Amino acid sequence: MMMVRKEFDQNLDQLNEWLVEMGEMVEKAIKESIEALSQLDAEKARQIIAYDLKVNDMEERIIELGIKLIATQQPVAKDLRRIIAAFHIANDLERMADLAIDIAETVLIIEDKALIKPIDDITQMGEIVGDMTYEAIQSFVHENVDLAYKMAKDDDQVDELYGKVVRELVVLMEENLKNIPQAQQLSFVARYIERFGDHATNIGESVIYLVTGKKPDLNA
Amino acid sequence: MSTLIEAKNLNLFYSDFQALKNVNLTIPEKAVTAFIGPSGCGKSTLLRTLNRMNDMIIGTRIEGELTISGTNIYSNEVDVETLRKKVGMVFQQPNPFPKSIYDNIAYGPRLHGIKNKKVLDEIVETSLKAAALWDEVKDHLKRSALSISGGQQQRLCIARALAVNPDILLMDEATSALDPISTLKIEELVQELKDKYTIVMVTHNMHQAARVSNQTVFFLNGEVVEYSETEKLFSNPDDKRTEDYISGRFG
Repeated sequence: MMMVRKEFDQNLDQLNEWLVEMGEMVEKAIKESIEALSQLDAEKARQIIAYDLKVNDMEERIIELGIKLIATQQPVAKDLRRIIAAFHIANDLERMADLAIDIAETVLIIEDKALIKPIDDITQMGEIVGDMTYEAIQSFVHENVDLAYKMAKDDDQVDELYGKVVRELVVLMEENLKNIPQAQQLSFVARYIERFGDHATNIGESVIYLVTGKKPDLNA
Repeated sequence: MSTLIEAKNLNLFYSDFQALKNVNLTIPEKAVTAFIGPSGCGKSTLLRTLNRMNDMIIGTRIEGELTISGTNIYSNEVDVETLRKKVGMVFQQPNPFPKSIYDNIAYGPRLHGIKNKKVLDEIVETSLKAAALWDEVKDHLKRSALSISGGQQQRLCIARALAVNPDILLMDEATSALDPISTLKIEELVQELKDKYTIVMVTHNMHQAARVSNQTVFFLNGEVVEYSETEKLFSNPDDKRTEDYISGRFG
C-alpha cells in the first residue's frame, strides 16, 4: 500500500521552488554585476546592491521552512538530505549574491576612471561562472549528478583565468605605481568571480549529496 | 564488536503461514539493535525466537539455525529456563506481579534458589539502580508494584529482568504504552544498559530506533530488507523499500 504525505511533500516542493527562484535571482545578479563592470554602469551597480535584500529574504524563507519541516515532520533519508542540501545551497547562493554586491561596489569606486586594461578576461570568467550557476541550479532541479560533475570541472577554467588576470595586473602595478589602486580593485573582482565558481561547485556537491548521500570534494 | 547472536537461514512457520523467510543476521554484543517494519513483517516473531517464546504458540515450526554465543538455542540440549534467564524480556504493557516492589525484583533470584536476605537485598538494590528506579522507590520497597506509575512499572520490569543477571535484554515495544517523559527515561536507560547488556528492541516508533539503536534491521513480509548502522539506514538507506518506509510513504 502506498501512502503519501501530502502536506510534507507540498512543503518540500515549495522548498525546491524557492531554491530555483533564488538561484535565478543570483544568476541574474552575477550577470548584471559583470555587465555593470564592463560598462562601468553605476546605476546598474546600485540596483544590484538594492536587489540583495530580496535574495536575503529568500534565504531566510528557505531556512525557516527547512527548520519547520525538521521540527514537525521528522524527515529522514532523502527528505532529510533534501533539507540539509537546501540549507547549504541557500547559503552558497546568498554568499554569491554578496559577491555580486562586492563587484557592484567596485564599479562605484572606479566608475569615473578609465579602465587600465581591457577586461575581456574578467568578463569571460564572469560568463563561465554565470553558466556554472545556471548548470548548478539545473543539476539540482533535475537531480542530475553528471551535470554537477561537469559543471564543477568548468571551475578549472575559471581558476586558470584568475591566475592569468592576477599575473597581468601585477605587471601593470609594477609598470606604473598609479595603476595600483585600480589594479588592486580589479584583482579583487577577479577574486570575487573565482569565489562564485567555488560556490557553484559547492552547490554541485550539495546536489550529489542529495542524490547519493555521499559528500564528494569537487573543489579539490 | 563481536557477534553474540546469529541467525542462519532461519524460517519460521505458524502452521501454514511463513512468518520469517530465510533470515540471515548477526547481532553484536553490548550494543542496541532495533527491528523495524510494518505490522506483520516478522520483527516481533524474530525477537520472540531469541528466547523461544514462540515455543508457546501451537503449530510453530522453525527451520535453520539460531545461535547465541555459538550455541544453537533450538538444539535439544538447550534448557529453555536457562535460556530465558540469559535472555530477559520486557513487554509492551508493564506487567509487574501484584506483589511488593521488592518481591517483584527478588522473584527471579528466589526462583533460582537464592534465599539469603542480604544477597537478595543487594540484588534488589543493584537491579533497581541499574534500571534508574532506585531513588524513586528506595523508601517504599514494600509498597505494591501496582501503586507506582506506568513508566516506573516498566522500569521495574526492566529491573526484574536484570535481577537474574541476563546477557541479553529483549524489548518488545517496551515504551509504546508510555507517555513521552517515561519513554525518554527508558530510552536513556537503554543507553546506559548497553554497556553491560546486548539489547534487541522491536519498535513501531522509527524515530526511537533512530535515537537509541546502533544497528537497525528493516523487515518486510518476513524478510530482512536492509540491515545497517542506524545512522546510515536513516540518512542514506540502500533499498528503495526502506526509504519509502522510513520516510512514511509506505505502510
